[in-house]
Amino acid sequence: MGIALNHYLVLAAILFSISIAGIIINRKNLIVILMSIELMLLAVNLNFIAFSHFLDDLAGQVFVFFILTVAAAEAAIGLAILVVLFRNKQTINVADINEMKG
Amino acid sequence: MLIESIIFYFFAAVTVLSAASVVTVRNPVHAALFLVLTFFSSAFIWMMLEAEFLAITLVLVYVGAVMVLFLFVVMMLDINIARLREGFIKFLPVGILLALVMFGMLFYVLTGDQSAVESMAAPAAKAADFSNTRALGQVLYTEYVFAFEIAAVILLVAIIAAIALTLRRRTDTRYQNPSQQMKVQKKDRLRIIKMEAEK
Repeated sequence: MGIALNHYLVLAAILFSISIAGIIINRKNLIVILMSIELMLLAVNLNFIAFSHFLDDLAGQVFVFFILTVAAAEAAIGLAILVVLFRNKQTINVADINEMKG
Repeated sequence: MLIESIIFYFFAAVTVLSAASVVTVRNPVHAALFLVLTFFSSAFIWMMLEAEFLAITLVLVYVGAVMVLFLFVVMMLDINIARLREGFIKFLPVGILLALVMFGMLFYVLTGDQSAVESMAAPAAKAADFSNTRALGQVLYTEYVFAFEIAAVILLVAIIAAIALTLRRRTDTRYQNPSQQMKVQKKDRLRIIKMEAEK
């Protein structure tokens, strides 16, 4: 008998809430928003792994494996867009990126 | 049991505190380093859940590759931190309120009477010679092999997209073109002129 399942789930819920707050309070800073998204994915992965352990089913871990892949791809493309944006506009402030606004 | 609880609560506390630091510290470099700490302590918690392979992958792929990329980009860009912090105090109450509401709902669902997760018994610990990596590999390369191939294609697309986005053609530098150099004929470079000898 180890730690109960809901301890892990509450920990994941805390992480997810922190990253939601991070997106709201760092609305101007694109880098911290990307980091908050990584934190959200981490919280979701923790849920998957906890359920995978307690249901004794490896499918959850396989899913986490694919989430890690997609998250790595997302981080690479996101940072590439960030670099191009900074090269063109000398800013990463979300408020300055309003050219697409009608 | 006691040791397990101590380890769990220690790493859970480290995870939560460093995650809170990620979203509140001033300097993006420090935020990236705190995110590394969050990933590390999460890897320990994943290890406690007998997901050894994914815990190692988290450290290798996330700390080793993604976070280094983050740090590289943060240090490469010359960012005006003061401008990015504008509105931090203004949005702080909204952010905290939203996080509390979100957490309250999740907490209610997870620990309330209607959820059965509390009574879910932990499975017996695996034997010491059980290999999580082998078990994961056995399902990954049989049942999930098409998903695995798609994951490989996603990574390929990400590589090409990242290179194509950041590639820039500079016109102010001189460079060699080996294929052009190889194709050069004698007549392109050398001109023989017949002229009268000087008297």
